[in-house]
Amino acid sequence: MAKIKWTTADPKGVLTGAHYLDGNHAACEGALAAGCRFAAGYPITPSTEVVERFAARIPLVGGMFIQMEDEIASSICLQGAVWAGLKAMTVTSGPGLSLMMEHIGLAAMLETPCVFVDVQRGGPSTGMPTLPSQADMMQCRWGSHGDYEIIALSPSSPQECFDFIIDAFNLAEIYRVPVFFMMDECVGHMTEKVIIPEPDKIKVVERRWTDKKPGEYLPYEPDPEDLVPDMVKAGDGYRFHITGLTHDERGYPAATDVEVQDKLVKRLCNKIYKNAPKIWKWEEMDTDNCDVLVISYGISARVALRGIEMAKEKGINVGLMRLIVVWPLPEPRIKELAEKVKAIVVPELNIRAQVAREIERLVAGRCPVIPVGHAGGTVHNPEDIYKAIVEAAK
Amino acid sequence: MSVALKQNPVEQFLRIDRMPHIWCSGCGIGTSVNCFARAVLECGIDLDKLCVVSGIGCTGRVAGYLRLDSFHTTHGRAIPFATGLKLANPDLHVVVYSGDGDLAAIGGNHLIHAARRNIDLTIICVNNFNYGMTGGQVAPTTHHEKVATTTPYGDPEYPFNLPYLAASCGAVFVARWTTYHVIQLTKTIVKALKKKGLSFVEILAPCPTLYLRRNKLGTSIDMMKYFKEKSIIKHGIDPKEVSLETYDKEIIVGEFVDIDKPDYLDNYNEILKKKLGDKFQPWGGK
Repeated sequence: MAKIKWTTADPKGVLTGAHYLDGNHAACEGALAAGCRFAAGYPITPSTEVVERFAARIPLVGGMFIQMEDEIASSICLQGAVWAGLKAMTVTSGPGLSLMMEHIGLAAMLETPCVFVDVQRGGPSTGMPTLPSQADMMQCRWGSHGDYEIIALSPSSPQECFDFIIDAFNLAEIYRVPVFFMMDECVGHMTEKVIIPEPDKIKVVERRWTDKKPGEYLPYEPDPEDLVPDMVKAGDGYRFHITGLTHDERGYPAATDVEVQDKLVKRLCNKIYKNAPKIWKWEEMDTDNCDVLVISYGISARVALRGIEMAKEKGINVGLMRLIVVWPLPEPRIKELAEKVKAIVVPELNIRAQVAREIERLVAGRCPVIPVGHAGGTVHNPEDIYKAIVEAAK
Repeated sequence: MSVALKQNPVEQFLRIDRMPHIWCSGCGIGTSVNCFARAVLECGIDLDKLCVVSGIGCTGRVAGYLRLDSFHTTHGRAIPFATGLKLANPDLHVVVYSGDGDLAAIGGNHLIHAARRNIDLTIICVNNFNYGMTGGQVAPTTHHEKVATTTPYGDPEYPFNLPYLAASCGAVFVARWTTYHVIQLTKTIVKALKKKGLSFVEILAPCPTLYLRRNKLGTSIDMMKYFKEKSIIKHGIDPKEVSLETYDKEIIVGEFVDIDKPDYLDNYNEILKKKLGDKFQPWGGK
C-alpha cells in the first residue's frame, strides 16, 4: 500500500483572507500554502512577479529564494534543494522553459518531485514577451529527450492559480515527477478576487519518506501498488547515490543493460499511465445530451464560455469539458462523450492544435475534432469559437 | 616493523560493490580520490553530512564510487545542484567533484557565479587537459598547440588559468597541485573542506590513454616525472602568474589564495535581519 500522508498547510505560509491578486501573485501564495520553501528562478516576462513575490515573502516564512545565473542553473538548483528535503519550484516562460529541458529530463529520471511554472507567452523564440499563448503544451510534455511522462495543469483564473498550484505540488510529491503549472500571460496578469482559506482547510501531501533504515533502503525500489519509490534526503545517513544514467533499484548506473533500461523507462511512464484515474481533473458544463462538445483549458476555456453562450442563444445544444489537468488527458471520458456528440471543438492559443490533435487521436474517428487555433498575442475572438460550434452542429 | 592493515583506510568511503571502476590504468583520478578520502578522514567531518556532487565525464564518475550521499547530475551543472543542496540544508558539507571540461567549459558560467556569490562549497577540479570520456577532444584547458581529436593539427586556443579565474571571481581559497603531490594535495583538501565560503582546488592529472598517447608524451610515469621536474611550489603567489599555456612551461603549484570573507548565507542572514528585524526567519543552523 502506497503510504501517501495527507496533512494540512503549515500556517506560516498561508495568508488567509480575501485578496485582490493577479494570477502570478496568487500562484506564489498557492506555492507557499502548498509548502514550497525553495525557489530558484531567472527573470523572464511575463512570469517574473511569481518569484519577485516569493523573494519578498519567503524570508518571513522560513525558506530560501535564489536568483540563478540562467534557467539552466535554476532548473537544477531546485532539484538540489528537493534532495536536501524541501519542496521547490522554478518559474519561467517559453524561452526559459526551452533552456530547462535537460533538467526536466533529469527530474523525470531522478524522480525529483518538483514544480515548473510556465507563464506562457507568444513564440517561437523571443516572440511576444508580454502577450499570451498556450503554445508550450507539447513542449512541456515531450520537450526533453527520451521517454518519460509528466503531469500538467492549467488554471483559468487567479483563484485557480492559487488552488491548483497546490494540486501541482501534491501531485509532484505523490508521483515523484516534475509537474508543470501551465499558466499564460493573460491569467498571470489578470487581477481578481482570490480567497485564501484557513490553513487547516488546505490539504497538503507530505513527501513519501521511507520507513526503511539505512542499509535496507533502495532509492528506486518502487511501491508495488503505485510504482513510485519512497524517498530519503541528503544528510540522514542513507549514503545513497542517484544518477541521470540508466540505473537499477540501488540507484547504481546500468548504462549498458537493456533489461534495466526497459524496466526503468516503462515504470517511469507507467507510474503516470496506471495512476491516471487518480490524476485526472476536469469540469463539465451541460454535457448531458449535448450535440457539440467544446474541450478547452486555461484562458481559452474561459473565453469559450462566451462562444458557447452565443451558440446557446441560437438554440445549439453545446457543452463544455474544461481540462484542469491537461496531461494526462481523461481518455475514457473523452471517448465516452465522443460517442454521443456530433463533433468536438477545441479552442486553444496555438495554431498546431497541440492538445486538439491528442484529443483527435483518442477519439479515433468517433466524431470529427475541430481545432480552433490561434497564434497567440491575444485571446480568441469568441465569435470564432461560436462559428466553429455552429459548423460542428451542422 | 611495519604492521599490515587489514583494510585500506579509504575503503569505508568506497562503494566496493561498484568495483572495478571505469578509469584507465595510469589515470590520475583515482589518486585524487585517495587524497580526498584521506583528507575527509583527517578533518573529521561527519560522513553522514558530507555530500559529493559530480557532473559528467571521467571525473564525473567520482560521485558514483563514493559511499556518501552522492549525486551524478548533468554535464556542467554540478555547481547549481550543489548550490540548491547547500542552501536548502546549510548543515550539509557539499563538495563538487568534477573535471575540467565539465566545470570550465559547459559549466564555466556556474563556476564564476558560485565564486562570485561565495557559496560555501568545496570545488575539486581534476584537470587532465582533455575530454576523456568522449575520446580525447580539445578542452578549454588543453595546452596551446597540443593535439586532440577535434584539434588534430594542434590547438590554436589558449587554456584557462583556472586558479586565476576562480580567484578573480571571488573564491576565498584557491590551490593547485598535481597527482604527484599527494601529501600536499591531501593537506590542501583538508583546508579546503574546513574553509567557509567557496574553495577551489585544481588537480593536474595524467590522461595516459588519450592526451599523453596522442601527444606522444609517454606514459603516466613520464607525466609524474614531468610533474615532479616542472613543478615549483609558490604559496601565496598572485594566481595571475600561474597559467599553464604551453606544455613546456613551469607548473606553479601551491595554495595561492586563502582569505576570509563572509559567505553567501552569512550575508543573506545579516542583511535580512537588518531589514526585517524579528519578522525574519534566519536560515541555517550555523
